[in-house]
Amino acid sequence: MNGKHDITLTINGQAYAIRVEARRTLADVIREECGQTGTHLGCEHGVCGTCTVIVDGAPVRSCLMFAVQCDGAKIRTVEGLADGEEPHPLQRAFMEHHALQCGFCTPGFLMLAVGVLEREPDIGDEDLLDILSSNLCRCTGYANIVKAVRAAAAQMRRR
Amino acid sequence: MAADKTAYLGRSVERLEDPPLVTGAARFVADISFPGQLHMRVVRSSYAHGEIISIDTSEARLMPGVVAVWTAEDIADIGPVDFRADRAAEGLKPYRQPVLAKGRVRYVGDPVAAVFAEDPYLAEDAAESVVIEVEELPVIVSADDPPGEFAAGRGTEAAVMHHSYGDIDAAFANAERVIALDLRTGRHSGVPMETRGAIGRYDAAKDMLELHGAAKVPHRNQETLVRMLGRDPSRVHVHECHVGGGFGVRGELYPEDILVLVAAMRLGRPVKWIEDRQEHLMCANQGREQHHLARVAVDAEGRILGIDDEFFHDQGGYVRTHGSNVANRTMCTITGPYRVPAFRAVCHFRLTNKTPCATYRAPGRYESTFVRERLMDAIATELGIDPIEVRKRNLIAADEMPYTIAFDEPHVSDMVLDSGDYAGLLDKAAAAFGWEALRVELDRRRADGELVGAGIGMFVEEGGRGPTDGARIAVDANGDVEVITGGASLGQGFETTMAQICAEALGVDYRRVRVIHGHTDLIPYGIGAHATRATVMTGSAVNVAALMVREIAIDAAAEMLQTPADELDINDGTVVRRDGPTGPSVTLGEIARRLAPGAAGPGQGDPGQGNPGLAAEGFFTTKDTVFPYGVHLAVVRIDRGTGQVAVERFMVAYDVGRAVNPMMIEGQLVGGCIQGLGGALYEEFVYDEEGQPMAVTLADYLVPSLREAPDIEVLITEDAPSPLNPLGLKSAGEGGINGVGAAIAGAIGDAIGDPGAVRRLPLTPGRVRDLLRQADAASPGTP
Repeated sequence: MNGKHDITLTINGQAYAIRVEARRTLADVIREECGQTGTHLGCEHGVCGTCTVIVDGAPVRSCLMFAVQCDGAKIRTVEGLADGEEPHPLQRAFMEHHALQCGFCTPGFLMLAVGVLEREPDIGDEDLLDILSSNLCRCTGYANIVKAVRAAAAQMRRR
Repeated sequence: MAADKTAYLGRSVERLEDPPLVTGAARFVADISFPGQLHMRVVRSSYAHGEIISIDTSEARLMPGVVAVWTAEDIADIGPVDFRADRAAEGLKPYRQPVLAKGRVRYVGDPVAAVFAEDPYLAEDAAESVVIEVEELPVIVSADDPPGEFAAGRGTEAAVMHHSYGDIDAAFANAERVIALDLRTGRHSGVPMETRGAIGRYDAAKDMLELHGAAKVPHRNQETLVRMLGRDPSRVHVHECHVGGGFGVRGELYPEDILVLVAAMRLGRPVKWIEDRQEHLMCANQGREQHHLARVAVDAEGRILGIDDEFFHDQGGYVRTHGSNVANRTMCTITGPYRVPAFRAVCHFRLTNKTPCATYRAPGRYESTFVRERLMDAIATELGIDPIEVRKRNLIAADEMPYTIAFDEPHVSDMVLDSGDYAGLLDKAAAAFGWEALRVELDRRRADGELVGAGIGMFVEEGGRGPTDGARIAVDANGDVEVITGGASLGQGFETTMAQICAEALGVDYRRVRVIHGHTDLIPYGIGAHATRATVMTGSAVNVAALMVREIAIDAAAEMLQTPADELDINDGTVVRRDGPTGPSVTLGEIARRLAPGAAGPGQGDPGQGNPGLAAEGFFTTKDTVFPYGVHLAVVRIDRGTGQVAVERFMVAYDVGRAVNPMMIEGQLVGGCIQGLGGALYEEFVYDEEGQPMAVTLADYLVPSLREAPDIEVLITEDAPSPLNPLGLKSAGEGGINGVGAAIAGAIGDAIGDPGAVRRLPLTPGRVRDLLRQADAASPGTP
């Protein structure tokens, strides 16, 4: 069980060749072995969605995957959202609409929304709300998160 | 951009906090690592109450990567987690929590041993091999149960507390009507998205002990650590990282904070502990669980003559850092915004074998508002008076302010309600909500068979309690401003608020103001961020210091520009003539360079007295408390089949005195309101009869998701600025949550057709179904 595996994770375009135990979660490996601490852990049992990252184009809960399952996968985290100094439309919208207070859940919401809007830019509002209800926030009461995601979605569609 | 580029008070500017939080650059405590650090895992009791027979750590000690395993014996010289100095209560001291359980375990989750290992996975492996043998003792799971034995000769009823004034017996003797209610609030907690975490680090070269991961009350905690660890105050410092929500729970001192510090010194390596969610739901402070037997005496018009309340406060396994504060706040705020001529409250402060309790956002006040507003609805029903009218008959009038409530007990501070137009806010809220038309509409819908109803929760909040706080402001040679405070940020927008106050007073762009908080080595005092104090206390201190810096700058500029000081103003960081902004000017950076110690030129650079450079330290002191106030209005619809409650509308009307940043205040009110809806409808820490916690994951403890969060209507007023501070500030952190339980209870009672039916929170679907069955049984024949 404690044998280690050589894997390569590509995070935000950067390849990390690492050796990990099979039991290490993707979230822990992104944070510890790869040093990308923008991905946060809120519950470690797959309910809160705080640890959401995009693996090969799909938003996933990185606390519920093992890193070895992602060998060779392309992973995107909050650190890779901005284009240089230029924030991603969703990052910009979260700031403009006061969609965060403590900001701990924010990376998870951003990656969830980015993953969904890239796959389904014309997603209906009800479906969008359903998807956003899969992550938890304890500060904002959600209204401003919804406003921000709707605003960014409109902007991303115009691009 | 506004016409006046340095008018920042009252503007909904974007937050300074946001950029690092949306890019992943923020540093929460789990994101901090020190070279050579060890990881701690706590072994916890799986029994609610029992005598520890043995703790076998032999296997764990031999496991790979394990450096040490401690039990109470290994830290026998460290006392229990102490109360804050200002909460000293001799009688409660025997009930404090030891850092590791000694002799007995008292709740499921009680720390019994600590494993220190090279890796968190290895620490967890080793922790699982620790065997704790316990002889079970009788379990008390309710404060209603007869008190038992806490220790030899010491009962679980740690205190019986009294608050009273007026002639309560005469009030009841003379009453036209006496109404008695049996009311319960459920056990909830803040459940921030970030769990707790702490890193202890000892720098032997400097003989400095550091706690990273502090929050809420860094300076108060430093004081406690100095006492507990016997170190010099200048040799233990606490440091705040980014904090993922507080809500009263995060940032108190807990056993784990002490463990990482002691271990860092004794093991000679940094020690990191990050709580997992299951631990959080078993070990972090919980709150709210009270059982009230409340009576109100009224005259024929529904005017209150007296309130008499006996209640049972479930404190859980130990008394934590707050002492009995939550129960005290309950007793002080039961009368709320109403004129109550006679009052008596008796609190049975009892320990049980459940997770210890302390403050959770609007501590004691969510509870007292539920009790008080249930009484108001009951008066309305009994006497056939409209629920708004019965409240108006009893509200303290604007011209009675300031209104003093003086208790008989000499140790209980007076409540001096500083300002407010309670009836005015109720009128505004009812008008904005369309209350009259709504009642007609709801009657029609009920006649059509729908289960819909409306409810009201009215309350007085309290905040900004002194005694004093300060701030240090310095302008650097570039004109950037640094504000050092003893405040703390839990995600509420502290930095932006302080920057706006500083920018307005000094005359600079708020984006050039950098706000420091949460580091006890940078400033020797600070009240932190609790009990909605930060904006009032620290904000007022920042205002004082910024005005001092402004005066220094203008005096220096007067000399530099050869212009009388009263003809000068500061706009966007530049001192200009009031009458001609295009004339000669000097920037704050230039003035700072001129005033720097040792700067060349006549008359400059002599730091002979006061702060050198362009800098000042200012204090704000008050012995009073500010009292913002609010009205919550709710409309609910109940599904007859499932008992599910849908909140169709909810309004938070709140008078903040003076709004620094309306966007952020609205954010506080809406967020607090949704949290309150969680406590009113979904969230509950349930325990079985053996004291086993039933809600230990976020799949069991039901925090509202977006689908349970209705749009909240917000009405922010500034009708009653506080006379107690120069800016009129009153604060907003807890006004969103305070009245939610009360308003939802009223609305559900109204929907069922029995306004007094609701006696207990939370109103889970099962409980609502029970209420529906009772109502059907009481009036057979209804659909």
